[in-house]
Amino acid sequence: MDSNIEKRLQNLRDRLAYISDIFAGKHRDNTNLLEEKLASFTERARTDSLEDPHAELATLEDLFTYVERRLEDCITPMDTVRIVRHPQRICLRDILENVYDNFTEVGGQDEYSLDPGMLIARAVITRRRGKKTYTQSVMVIGQEKGHGAEYRNGGSVKPWGNAKARQYMRVAETEGIPIHTYIFTPGSYPVEDYPGAAQQIARNIYCMAGLRVPVVAVISEGGSGGAEAIGLADRRLMLSHGYYSVISPEGAAAIEGHIKPGQRATQELIEQCAVNLKITAMDNLRFGYVDRVVQEPPLGARPWHFDFFRHLRQEVLRATDEVVLSTRLVPVLKGLALARVRNPEAKLDEMYTRWGLSGAAKDRLLAHRQQKFLRLSRLAARDRRPLFTKLAVALRDWASKPWVRFKYDFYRKHQRRIRTFMEELGNEWEVFKDRLLTPWRKLTRKLPANREDVGKTRELTALSNWSGAEQRKRWNYISPRYKTDRAITCPNSAAYGCLDLWGPDLFAEFAGVCSHCGYHFPMEPEWYVKNVFDLGSVFEFNSEIEAGNPLNFPGFDERIIDAQKKNKAKSGCMTFEARIDNIKLVVAMLMGTFRGGSVGAAEGFKFVEAAQRAEKNHYPFLAYVHGTAGIRIQEGTHGVIQMPRCTVAVRRYIESGGLYMVLYDTNSFAGPVASFLGCSPYQFAVRSSNIGFAGAGVIKETTGMDIPPKYHRSYRALSRGHIQGIWDRREIRANLKQALLTIGGRNLYYR
Amino acid sequence: MKDISALLEAIKAQPFRDIVISSPHTGTVTFADIRKGDKVLGPQGQWKEKPGTLIATLERERNPKPIYAAEKGELTSIHTELQGRFVEAGTPLAVLRHPLTRAEVESMLLRQALHLFLAPERAKYYFTPDVDKKIRASDAHSVLVREGMELLIMSRMKREVPLLYTGPAGIIYAVYFKYNENIDAGAPLLGVCPQDQLPTIQEVIMRVQTEWTEKD
Repeated sequence: MDSNIEKRLQNLRDRLAYISDIFAGKHRDNTNLLEEKLASFTERARTDSLEDPHAELATLEDLFTYVERRLEDCITPMDTVRIVRHPQRICLRDILENVYDNFTEVGGQDEYSLDPGMLIARAVITRRRGKKTYTQSVMVIGQEKGHGAEYRNGGSVKPWGNAKARQYMRVAETEGIPIHTYIFTPGSYPVEDYPGAAQQIARNIYCMAGLRVPVVAVISEGGSGGAEAIGLADRRLMLSHGYYSVISPEGAAAIEGHIKPGQRATQELIEQCAVNLKITAMDNLRFGYVDRVVQEPPLGARPWHFDFFRHLRQEVLRATDEVVLSTRLVPVLKGLALARVRNPEAKLDEMYTRWGLSGAAKDRLLAHRQQKFLRLSRLAARDRRPLFTKLAVALRDWASKPWVRFKYDFYRKHQRRIRTFMEELGNEWEVFKDRLLTPWRKLTRKLPANREDVGKTRELTALSNWSGAEQRKRWNYISPRYKTDRAITCPNSAAYGCLDLWGPDLFAEFAGVCSHCGYHFPMEPEWYVKNVFDLGSVFEFNSEIEAGNPLNFPGFDERIIDAQKKNKAKSGCMTFEARIDNIKLVVAMLMGTFRGGSVGAAEGFKFVEAAQRAEKNHYPFLAYVHGTAGIRIQEGTHGVIQMPRCTVAVRRYIESGGLYMVLYDTNSFAGPVASFLGCSPYQFAVRSSNIGFAGAGVIKETTGMDIPPKYHRSYRALSRGHIQGIWDRREIRANLKQALLTIGGRNLYYR
Repeated sequence: MKDISALLEAIKAQPFRDIVISSPHTGTVTFADIRKGDKVLGPQGQWKEKPGTLIATLERERNPKPIYAAEKGELTSIHTELQGRFVEAGTPLAVLRHPLTRAEVESMLLRQALHLFLAPERAKYYFTPDVDKKIRASDAHSVLVREGMELLIMSRMKREVPLLYTGPAGIIYAVYFKYNENIDAGAPLLGVCPQDQLPTIQEVIMRVQTEWTEKD
C-alpha cells in the first residue's frame, strides 16, 4: 500500500478512536458506520482491488468530516470534559510549535524539570507591516498535558511548578514583555509540601493581580485552583470545546450523591452534574468570566488542525493588541486603533502594535485589570437592599470622601501641631475659667451635697480585692451547648489521657478548650463576635446581601434557605466594623456553620465590599475564618471567580497601605485559602485548626497517596511557613490587639 | 540466661495471649453485635489510624464511649450478663485471644535471652572506630564486649561522649539503632548474648522464622 494512503488511513483510525472515546459509547450507529466503511476500504486497499484509491479515500475522509460535523451538535458538557482530557487533544507544545514562530523552553526541558507539568517558554511572533518585519517576544506559561506522557502528571501542577510560573512572570515583568498563559489543567496537585499547594496558588494570584505587563490567558481545561494560578489575565480567551469549572463533574457527583470512599458515582449523575455546573465556553462567556470564545474545528482541535492554530494565533495577537491599545490615552486614536484590531477580517500578522508600555500606561493597565475583576459576578449575588439604602450608601460614600481626605491627608500630617495648639488653648481657658469661678466655688464648697465621697476615695486608694476577678473571667457569650448536661470526651484522650469534661463547664467557663491537653472544640461564630471584640462595638453592614442559586442548581434553593434559617444569616460571610480596646477594624468572617463556610458570589461580594470599606476608612482588615470548605461548588464559576476577585480587592487594600490579617479556626480548605486568605502576609491560626488545599479523600482520589493523620494540622502549616503563629482561643483578643499594635505600627494600619 | 528452646516450646504449647478487655471507667455497658467465637480486628491502616472492631459502648453521664479491640484475635468470652448494667472501672467485659505473630514470638524470646543495653539519654549513637571497623569487616557477631569496654559514642548537639558498656560479657547479637538517628532514653541499643549461647539462639530464631505460622 502507498505510504501516503497508509498515513491517511492511520489518521482516520485515530479519528474514529477519538469519536468513540469522547462519546463514551453514545452514537454507536455513527461509529459503527465509520468503522465498517474504514474496514472495508482497508481490506480492499490491502488486496489492491481499488480502482482509484486516492479518490475513494477522499470520499471516506469526507464521510468522516460529515459525521464529525453532525455529531458536533450533539456534544454534551460531559463530552467536552472527555474531549479536553483526550490524549489526542492539542497541548501546549503543539501551540508553541504552530502558533508562535520560534520558542526556547526555559525552566526545564521535558522530564528534566522541576515540574514537567508546567511548561515555560520564551517565544517570538514575527509580524510584517509593509516591507518592515517586527519580532515581538512573549513569555508563554502553561500546563503541559503532553498527549498522555506520564511524567507530565496530566497537567496537574505541584506547588513548585506554580512557583516556577510565578518566577518567570516576574522575569517577563522585568523585561516588559507580555505573558500568554495556556490553561490545560484538571486542577492543582494537592500536596502540602513546602510551600503548600494552597499557599503557592495564593502567591501566584496575588502576583498576577499586580503584574505590570499585559497578560492574556487561553483556557482549554480550567480546573479550579490550578487554573486560577495562571488565570488572572487582562483578556481571557476560551477554546470552544474547553471547560472551566470549580470542580470536576466526578467530584461534584461524589459530593452531590454522598458517595463514600471507594465507591463511584453513576454515569448519569456525573453527566447531570456536568450540565448543572455550566462549565462550557458559552456558559462562561455569558457570565462574563471569559472575554471571547475561540472556535475550534468540529469535535475539538487536534494537532493536525493547522487552520485552527492560525486562527488561535490571530485571536491571541488580537487580545494582546487590544490590551495594549486600551491603555492609550487619546480617546479618538484609541477607538480607531481598537476598531481596526477588533475587525474580524483584520490580518493581524500584517499589522503592528508596539507591546511595550510606558510607566503611566502600566498603571492604567493594572487599574483596568483590577476593575475588570472587581466588577465580575456582582449580579450573581442577591442584593436585597432597598433602592433607598443603596442610594444612601452611595451618597454616604461620596460625601465621606472629602472628610476622609481631610482626616488622613491633612489632619494626620499636621496632627501634632494642631494638638499642641489646641492644648495650649485649653490650658488658657482652664486658667480663665478657674479665676472666673473662684468666688462661686468658695460659697458652694460648704454645702452638704458637695462633701467628699468617702467610698469613692477608698475605692481609688485601697488595695484591690479578688471580688471582681470572677466577674472578669466570665465570657460575654457562652455557647448554648453549655445547657447540655453530659460529659464529653476529648478526641486526644487516647493519646494524652484527658479525663472526660462536663459539658456545662467545657462550653461555658473553659471556652470549649480541654483543660488537660488544650484541644479546642469548635465554637459558634457568635462566640468570637461577642468575646473577641468590645461589647456593643460590632456594627454589621451589607447583611441584606443574600447567597442565592445563580446556576439554578436543582434542589439548591431549599438547602440555602435551610442554612439561612439555621444560621439566622443571609450568607456565609458576615462583615462588620468592630473595636478591640478601642482599636477600630473591619472584619469579614466566613462562618463554617453556613454550608461549611463555602464561598459563593454573595460571600465574595461582601468580602470585596469589606476590603474597600477598610481601605476607605483606613482601618485594619481582619479576615476571621471560622471555617471554610472552599468554593461553593453549586455556584460553579460564579464561585471560582471569587478567588481572583477577592485577591484583587485585598491587593488594592494592602497596596494602599492597609494591614490585612487572617485568622483561621476549625477547618479551612481549598479555594479561599488558595487565594484571598493565603495571600495575606500575616496569617494566624487558632489551636486545633486544620489548614490545607484538599481533604484526605480528594488527595487519595487524585494522587493515590494515603495521607498520615494530622496532615492538615495548623502546626504543620506553621512549620512550613504558611502561618505565622498559633493562638489559644481564650487569648485571641489579647493576641489580636498585640498583633495590631506591633504589626500595624504607630498608626496602627497605615504606612 | 534462660533456656530459650524450652521457652519456645512453652510458647508453642500456648501460641496466644489472652487480653482482658475491661471497662476504663464506670458506666453502663452496651455490647456491640458480637458473639463468642467472633474474629475481631485490631487498629488498621498504615498509621493504625482506623480503630479496631467495636466491642462495647460504655456510657457515663450521657457520654457514650466506644471500646475497640486493641489487637486481632478471637473473642473467647463475653460477659453478656453485664449488658445494660452499670459497671465499676476495671470490670472485665470480654476476653480476646490474640494469636502471637512471628515478630511477637521473636521479640519475647530475645527479650528473655539477650541482655539489652539501653540508651542513657536521647541522642545519636555510633560505634567507636575500632568496633565499627570490625563490624564492617565481618558482622556484629564478631565483636566481643565486656564490662567497662569503650563501645559506643553518644553524640548530641556536637557533644560527643564515649559510652562504656555495662553488663555481662558476650557478643553483640542485635543492633537496634541506626546511623544518624536519634534514640530515646531507655530504648535498647544493643542485645548482647554469651558467646556459647549464640548457636542456640540463632537456631531457635531460625525455627521461629521458618516454622511459625501466623493465624488469620
